[in-house]
Amino acid sequence: MTTHAKTPVDPAPSVPVGGAVGRPVDRRDGHAKVTGAARFSAEHHYPDLTYATMVHATIARGTITAIDTAAAVAVPGVVAVLTHLNAPRIRPVRKGNIVRDLGPSVSGTEVNYLNTDQVFWDGQPIAVVVAQTSVAANEAAPLVTVTYREQQARVDFAAEQHNATPAKGDLTFAGTKKKGDAEAALATAQVSVDLRYTTPGLQHNTIEPHATIAVWSGDHLTVHDTTQSTDASHKYLAWRFGVPAAQVRVRAEFVGGAFGGKFAVWPGTVIAAMAAKAVGRPVRLALSRKAVSRAAGGRTASTNRIALGATRDGRLTALIQDSITHVGSVGGLLEATSSPARHLYGAKNMLTRQNLVEMDLLPNTWLRAPGEAIGSFVLESAMDELAYELAMDPIDLRMRNEPATDPTSGKKFSQRMLREAFEAGAERFGWADRNPSPRSMRDGEWLVGMGAATAYHPVLRLVADVKVRLSNDGTALVQCGFHEMGMAAATVQAQIAADALGIAYEKVRVEYGDSDLPPGPMAGNSNQTATVATSVLAACAELTRKVTALARKTGTTGQEPAATLRAAHTPFLEASVGSTSRLGSLRSQGRFLATFLKDQRWSKAARGAQFCEVRVNADTGELRISRWLGMFDVGHIINPKTAASQLRGSIVMGIGMAMSEQTLVDPRNGRTMSAGLDSYYLPVHADIPPIDVAWLNEPDKSMPLGIIGLGEVGMTGVAAAIANAVYHATGRRIRDLPISLDKTL
Amino acid sequence: MPELRLRINGEDHKADVAPQVSLLDVLREHLWLTGTKKGCDQGACGACTVLVDGRRIVSCLALAVQYEGREITTIEGVDHPLQEAFVRHDGLQCGYCTPGQICSAIGMLSEHAAGAPSAATEALAPEALTPAEIRERMSGNICRCGAYNGIAEAIQEVAS
Amino acid sequence: MKTFNYLRATDVDVALQRIAVEPGARFLGGGTNLVDLMREGIEAPETLIDITRLPLDGIEELPDGGLRIGALVRNSDLAAHPVVRGRYPFLSQAILLGATGQIRNMATVGGNLLQRTRCLYFYDEASACNKREPGAGCAAREGFNRGNAVLGTSDACVATHPSDMAVALAAIDAVVEVRSSRGTRHIPLTEFHLLPGTTPHLESQLESDELITAVELPPLPVAAHSYYRKVRDRASYAFALVSVAAALDFGADGRIADVRLALGGVATKPWRARTAEQLLLGAAASEDSFATAAAAELAAAVPLPGNAFKIDLACRTVVAVLRRLTTERSGS
Repeated sequence: MTTHAKTPVDPAPSVPVGGAVGRPVDRRDGHAKVTGAARFSAEHHYPDLTYATMVHATIARGTITAIDTAAAVAVPGVVAVLTHLNAPRIRPVRKGNIVRDLGPSVSGTEVNYLNTDQVFWDGQPIAVVVAQTSVAANEAAPLVTVTYREQQARVDFAAEQHNATPAKGDLTFAGTKKKGDAEAALATAQVSVDLRYTTPGLQHNTIEPHATIAVWSGDHLTVHDTTQSTDASHKYLAWRFGVPAAQVRVRAEFVGGAFGGKFAVWPGTVIAAMAAKAVGRPVRLALSRKAVSRAAGGRTASTNRIALGATRDGRLTALIQDSITHVGSVGGLLEATSSPARHLYGAKNMLTRQNLVEMDLLPNTWLRAPGEAIGSFVLESAMDELAYELAMDPIDLRMRNEPATDPTSGKKFSQRMLREAFEAGAERFGWADRNPSPRSMRDGEWLVGMGAATAYHPVLRLVADVKVRLSNDGTALVQCGFHEMGMAAATVQAQIAADALGIAYEKVRVEYGDSDLPPGPMAGNSNQTATVATSVLAACAELTRKVTALARKTGTTGQEPAATLRAAHTPFLEASVGSTSRLGSLRSQGRFLATFLKDQRWSKAARGAQFCEVRVNADTGELRISRWLGMFDVGHIINPKTAASQLRGSIVMGIGMAMSEQTLVDPRNGRTMSAGLDSYYLPVHADIPPIDVAWLNEPDKSMPLGIIGLGEVGMTGVAAAIANAVYHATGRRIRDLPISLDKTL
Repeated sequence: MPELRLRINGEDHKADVAPQVSLLDVLREHLWLTGTKKGCDQGACGACTVLVDGRRIVSCLALAVQYEGREITTIEGVDHPLQEAFVRHDGLQCGYCTPGQICSAIGMLSEHAAGAPSAATEALAPEALTPAEIRERMSGNICRCGAYNGIAEAIQEVAS
Repeated sequence: MKTFNYLRATDVDVALQRIAVEPGARFLGGGTNLVDLMREGIEAPETLIDITRLPLDGIEELPDGGLRIGALVRNSDLAAHPVVRGRYPFLSQAILLGATGQIRNMATVGGNLLQRTRCLYFYDEASACNKREPGAGCAAREGFNRGNAVLGTSDACVATHPSDMAVALAAIDAVVEVRSSRGTRHIPLTEFHLLPGTTPHLESQLESDELITAVELPPLPVAAHSYYRKVRDRASYAFALVSVAAALDFGADGRIADVRLALGGVATKPWRARTAEQLLLGAAASEDSFATAAAAELAAAVPLPGNAFKIDLACRTVVAVLRRLTTERSGS
C-alpha cells in the first residue's frame, strides 16, 4: 500500500534507467506552465489575425424573423458580421456509427450553426462578429438586434418529468437492467428505504474558456482548439466543411482543463472556421465565460428514486434505481446514473432504469464521471440511510453485500479490492473513533460528523496509433495524438516508454496534441493512460525485437540500444502501431473491437473508499470539510506524484458538486443565470483541507502494466460521503444537491 | 488614439489601443505576453493576476490606460523560487491558472511580510503564515483542476 | 464595451469642473465594479474621468479620536491600518471578508460605497430589471432570488446592496464627504444609500456632478469591541447571504450599555438595525434578549421563495455574533 498525505517529492534528481515507472517524476511541462511559456489555444500569433465574438439567442425555441447587423457593421474595425443569411454553408452533422468513426459522436449539437433561422436553446449562437480587435468585436456584438417568432419551449425540468420516456442505451450501457422481481422483493423486505434524490445541472467551468483559432490555406484548415479529441474533431470538421480529413489539422498542445467539456465540438469551433473562411483571414474566437455557459454543454440535472430492501442482518434483497435525466432537442447524452447501482452490491433482485426527457436546452454532455458522479451520490447516500435503519455500521453493510461476481452481468471481476480499501481506509482515518449517533460530536459552535462512501468508475479502453523512433544518439521519440489537459499524460507515457526501451527517462521525447500525429484516443472515460500505454508497449516491444536482431547481426550485447544502432550504422529504428491508411484505419477498428471484446470478459473498474469529516456550524448551517481520505483500488500507479494530484483534483470537484455548484436554468424561459463565476460557485482554496489520498497499488492483471485509469474515480462517492457526514453531524438528511446552508439549518 | 506607454517587466512598451482595452487584453493581444491568462474577465478567478508596483491585482478589471507609468510584472518577468516549488509539489495540472497563482502568491507573501491581516487572522495581528492563512489569502485564485494542496505546500515551503 | 473618452484628473477642482459640464461622464476609481458593468453593457458612460491619481488617498487621525479616510484609499490599506484594526476591528474584518486580495488592492473606499448589486437579473442584459431599465419589470421576484433582499424591498426591486465595508460603516455612523463645484456636503452613511421604492435606479444621494472625497469615522469606544461575521455559500470570496456587524459594551451592572448592529446581504441598502439596538440597550446579555432583538429587527422582512431562509439565518447570526462579543467581554 502506498499512501500520501502530502505530494510525493522525488528525492533524487535523475531517474535511473529502468526505474522510471512508479517514480514520482515531476510533470515535464511544469516549467513551461510556471513561466508562462506554454501557449494555449487562443495564444497562437498570426500576423493578420482577426477576433470574433458570437451573438447568442435570447429565446429558448423559435424562429429568427429578422436580424439587423447594420449598427454592428458600422463599428470601426469590424470586418464582417455573419448570420444565417450570409454565412458560408456547412454540411449537416453526419449520423454515424461510434465504432467506425467517433466523428459524429463529437458533435456537441446537431444544429447547422448560422445556416438556419431556427433557435433550439437560449444561448444558441446565431451570429458572429469578426473584427480587427477583440474590443471592436465585443463592442459590436451586442448591437446586433434580432426579432424572433417564439414557440412554446420545454425548459422546466421539474415540470417536464412526466414526459420522460425509458432510455434505449447503447452498446456499453443498457437503458434498463432487471434481475428477479425487485418491486416484489422490496414490498416484502424486512427493512427497506424508498427515497428520492435530486441533483442540479453542473458546469465544467474549466479556467481556460473554450477558444479556437482557425486558419484556412486554400482548402486546408488548421485549427488550434481547446479539445480533448483531436482525432475525432478533425474528422468532424472535415465532414462539415466538405474537405478530406487529411486537409484538416487540429492542434491542442496545451488544454486548460477539460473534464469532458472539451470532448464534443461545440459551436465556437465550427463558427470560427466558418468565419475564417468568410473573411479569408485567421480568426480567433475565444469565448467569454458567459458564452461558454451558453454554448458548451454541462451535466444534466437528475431526479432519482432509489429503494433498497434488506434482511434484518443487512443482506440486500432488492435494489431499485429509477432515474430521470434530460437531453436537448438537438443532442445530448444519456447520463448513466445507474452505473454504480448495477455493479457495486450483490442484491438478489435488481431493477435499474434510465428515463430521458427532451428539453429545449443546450444539450448536456460528459462531465467528469458522467453517470457515476450522480449515481454514487444516490446509491451511497441510500446505503447510509439503510445502515441507520438497520442500526449497522455503514461500512459493515457494504462489506456484507460484497458480491463474488458482477451483480448485473455475473462476470468475474478482473480485480476487486474494495474490502481491502475500506479496511485500510477505516484504520488510517480513525473510523472506529466515530460515535455513530447523529449529532453526537461537537467542537465549540461546530457540529462534527464523519461519513464514508464507495467510489466506483468503470474501465474503458479505446485504441491508439503510436509511432516510436529509437535513434542512435540514445534518444527516443514517441508520437501519438493523445491529450494533455493536466493529467501529466506525456510524463507518464515517457516513463513507460523509457523502461520498455531500457533507456533513460530524460532521453524520451513525446509529441502529442495534434491530429497530424498517429491518432490517439479521445481523453475521456479515464481511458487514455491505459489505451496509449497498450500501443506504446507494443511499439517498444517491436523495437526491442529489432534491436535484438541487430545486436545478433553486429555482435553487440543489445543492452544499450544506441550502441547497437551505431555498430550497425543505423541512424534510427521505428515501430508503429496502426496507420492512417484506409486499411490501417480498418485494422485500428479491428484492434478496438478485439480489445473491447477482450475487456468485456471481465467486470473492470476503479474503486475506492472515501472518508470525510465535516463541520456544520450550529448557528448558521455553514458546512466545512475538515478532513479527507480517499483510499483507492486503482491498479498499478505509474507516477505517484501526478496520480495523487489527479485523485485529489477529482475529490475537489466532488466537493464542489456537494457544497456549492449548481447550474441555474430559469424555469420560466430556459436562460442560464449562472453564466459567470460570480454566480456559479467553484470551490476556492479556503474550502479545501489537506486531502489524504492513498492506493493499494495492486496491478490489474488484465490491463497493460496493471494500469487502471484514475482520472474520474476520485470524484465518485464524494458527495455521498459529505451528505452522510452531514447527517452524522446534524441528524439531517440532505437529498438534494448542493448541500447549501439553508438545507442544514 | 493616443499611444499608450506601459512599463512591463522592466521594459518600456508602446501600444495603440482604445481606452476601453483592459491591461489583460493589452498583454495578451497587443504585446503577445500570453502568460497572463483570461479565465472569467470579471475578477472572479484570478487567472489574470499581475503585480503592479509589487502589489497583486486582477488585470481583467484594470483599464490599461490607468496603469501608464506603473511598474507592471507579469509571469514572463517573474524569476522566483515559487516556480520551482510549484513544479516539485505538483501545484498545477492543466497550468492555465498557474501564472496567476504564482503572481498572486508573490504579492501575498509580501503583503504578509508587511503585516497585512487576512480574514483568517485572529485578532487581526498576523504572525506565522499558517495553512489556513495561505488558503484564505489565496482564495482569489481558482484552480478547477483542484491542485490546491500542492499550491499551498509550495507556498508554505517558500515562505518558511 | 462602448467606446468612451478617457481623461486623467490630477486636480480635484479641475475634475469637478469637468464633470459639472459633462453630464455623461463618470469618475473612475479602482474600476473593479465599473469596468465590469461597462463590459456587460450595464453602464455606458461617454467619458471616464480617472481620479486614481488625485491626492485623496490619506488616512488621518482626527483630534476627537475619529478617523478621516480619503476616498481613494485602497480597501487593503484601510483594512491593514493599525487604528482601524485597533479601534474599529469590525471595519477591518468586513473589508477583509469583502473581496479577494487582488480586488482589495484595487478597490477604493469611495468606489466600494457605490458598487452596484449582484442580482443575477440586473447583470443579465436579456432579463427584465427596473434598476437597469426603469419600468422594465423585475425578473428576480419570481426567479432566482437566493441572493436578494428581505428588508427594504419594494415591488419594483429586491436587489441586495453587496458591500461588506458599508455595513460596518453604517454601524459606525460614518459620514460621507462629497464635493462638487457647488460645494461640500456631509451625508451620514446610513442616509447615503436610498431604498429602491419606485425608483430603484437611484441608489444614493450622490448627484451626478459630485465626488466622494472622504469618509469620516466618529470616535466610537464601543467599536473597539466589535466583530463582523459573514455567512456565505463557500468559505471565502462569495457575496454575503447574511452578514452582521456588531459592537457591544456593558455597564457596571452587566447590562448592555452600548450597542451597534448592522446587517448585510439581507437588505437593499447597508442596514442599520436600530430596532434591535433599542431593544438591546439596557437589556441583560442573554440568548433570549439577543433573539428577541433580532426577531424584532426582522419582523418587517418580506421573504421571497428563494430567500425566506435568510430571516431565520439573520436572527441566528445576530445571536451568534452578540454571544461571541459577550463571551469575549466577560473573558477579558
